[in-house]
Amino acid sequence: MSRRKNEDERPAVMVTGVSGNLGRRLAKRLHRKEKVIGVDRRPFPGRPKDMEMYELDLRKKKAEDLFRRHRIKAVIHMGIMHDPRMNQEESHSFNVLGTSRILECCARYGVEKLVVLSSSNVYGPSPDNSNFLTEDAPLMAASRFSNMRDLIEVDMLAQSFFWKHPQVQTVVLRPVHIVGPNIKNAPSNYLRLQRPWTVAGFDPMVQLIHVEDAARAMVEALRPEPRGVYNVVGPGEAPLSAILRALGRKPVPVPHFAARPLLNTLFKYRLAHFPPPELDHIQFLCAVDGSRWEKDVGWKSEYSLRETIRAVDPDELLDGTGLRSR
Amino acid sequence: MTLGGIVKKGLRRWSENLSGESLGERTSALARTDNEFGVDSFGFSLDYALSAIAPILWMYKHYFRVKTYGIENVPAGRVLLVANHSGQLPFDGAMIGAALLTEAQPARAVRSLVDKWVPTLPFVSTFMARVGQVVGTPENCRRLLENDEAILVFPEGMRAINKLYYERYQLQDFGLGFMRLALETQTPIVPIGVVGAEEQAPALFNAKPLAKLLGIPSFPVTVTGLPLPLPVRYHLHFGEPMHFTGQPDEEDSELDVKVRAVKAAVQSLLERGLREREGVFR
Repeated sequence: MSRRKNEDERPAVMVTGVSGNLGRRLAKRLHRKEKVIGVDRRPFPGRPKDMEMYELDLRKKKAEDLFRRHRIKAVIHMGIMHDPRMNQEESHSFNVLGTSRILECCARYGVEKLVVLSSSNVYGPSPDNSNFLTEDAPLMAASRFSNMRDLIEVDMLAQSFFWKHPQVQTVVLRPVHIVGPNIKNAPSNYLRLQRPWTVAGFDPMVQLIHVEDAARAMVEALRPEPRGVYNVVGPGEAPLSAILRALGRKPVPVPHFAARPLLNTLFKYRLAHFPPPELDHIQFLCAVDGSRWEKDVGWKSEYSLRETIRAVDPDELLDGTGLRSR
Repeated sequence: MTLGGIVKKGLRRWSENLSGESLGERTSALARTDNEFGVDSFGFSLDYALSAIAPILWMYKHYFRVKTYGIENVPAGRVLLVANHSGQLPFDGAMIGAALLTEAQPARAVRSLVDKWVPTLPFVSTFMARVGQVVGTPENCRRLLENDEAILVFPEGMRAINKLYYERYQLQDFGLGFMRLALETQTPIVPIGVVGAEEQAPALFNAKPLAKLLGIPSFPVTVTGLPLPLPVRYHLHFGEPMHFTGQPDEEDSELDVKVRAVKAAVQSLLERGLREREGVFR
């Protein structure tokens, strides 16, 4: 643990999961205007100097001690893991118990604002989906992909907290696929493949958001106006084929009836890193309507669609396109 | 150039030749500028569509030799086009779409609504999306109408498309959903009577056990054995726009009165069309 004596007694913003890619970007945006307390089990090398960092598990009593010792006015909770190879029991406990502990603390210690990171994936890709799902659409992701249960449960916990504790301004953000040069989530990993699989004859519209835009959205959510659940979209949507073309990839179309059993086998023997239900995302629609968020906070993504797509390739950052300078 | 590119270019040239005037110029206002990929947010691509419709335009000009009446009744802005449905295969929808693209002033790109199983079909799903078809959920319809688009609906649904020959030109029950949408979004309704399609694939009987076996709604056995259309002549009669007022959540019985008015309008267009035509193939 690395606690420094700090003279700064301003009310703080606590950020859980701060050592992740999104968390680090968020901290770098936020520390200039707010006092930031970061919490994560992982270290945060190169963190801003004026930020306090605690390496601990949210499920432990020490997490609650932080609320006792500091005046915390807002919490940004994104301490959620989704690694398909993780032990399910452990990740469930970490995600769901960790979240409920944080929510309890928010209610008990007079936190004014709570921002919970969820994902548009909670709706789940499906052939029945409307082209743009609004926030009141049912969360169906787990019906075809049981790993999504944790994420849905976290989203639901935050929603019921919103109703039970009206004194806390609660915001649940459901951004579309977050992509970025160092992001290791399934969509970024997939788009980084030189010869990605596609499902032959399927070409759904896909929505992406740049990690910097996602971090900015989390900061915007701290404003007093937004409350409730919001879909957060990036610069729009494009057919999967157009995205792969923009990246210069050579897709390998696999017939849908063969794709699932094949990926199943490959995944089992660790020859592929995508759990088979992820195929739904390159076969069916799971696009959302972000107009509520656009209206309530005047949201517009800073990165264009092409910039967002290209952000998955780290090389782009080195060839002088200036993406990193933002 | 890839094989796909060559096919696409050839089809595009075919489309241009068939339409007589420059189709690209006529339809340029329909191009979507939502993003740099030339595809609108619903997946419609004008470029793709103009190539893909070549065979449909050929059928429009040379096979079904479509005649339109009163197409100027289609107003600018949002509109629900309500037509009778028939013919085993939905060529009626394709012909109405082609008419609005090539003959309406200005050209309109019609959205029609597809069933929820379409997105599960490889290639078909992509084709349908690129030519502007969407899954018929109420949310999708509302969104399209609020964007001032033209939506084609067949309120008789699947019941009608597989009608048997002796049932031709007998309108089946209309669903109420389209009226709710029209009231909610204050959209005018243009009734359309499609004459000709009902004779294109005369079905003698419905092989129900076979349909059950294949998991499809019905298996009509036609004169030719297949649901392929005969070269009947299509007559598309567009009625005057109908405006309805009321609450979208009113009782079904209230809605039904309005729906019956639309059904009667389609019926009278059909009767006029049948009276005026000189034969099924002429």
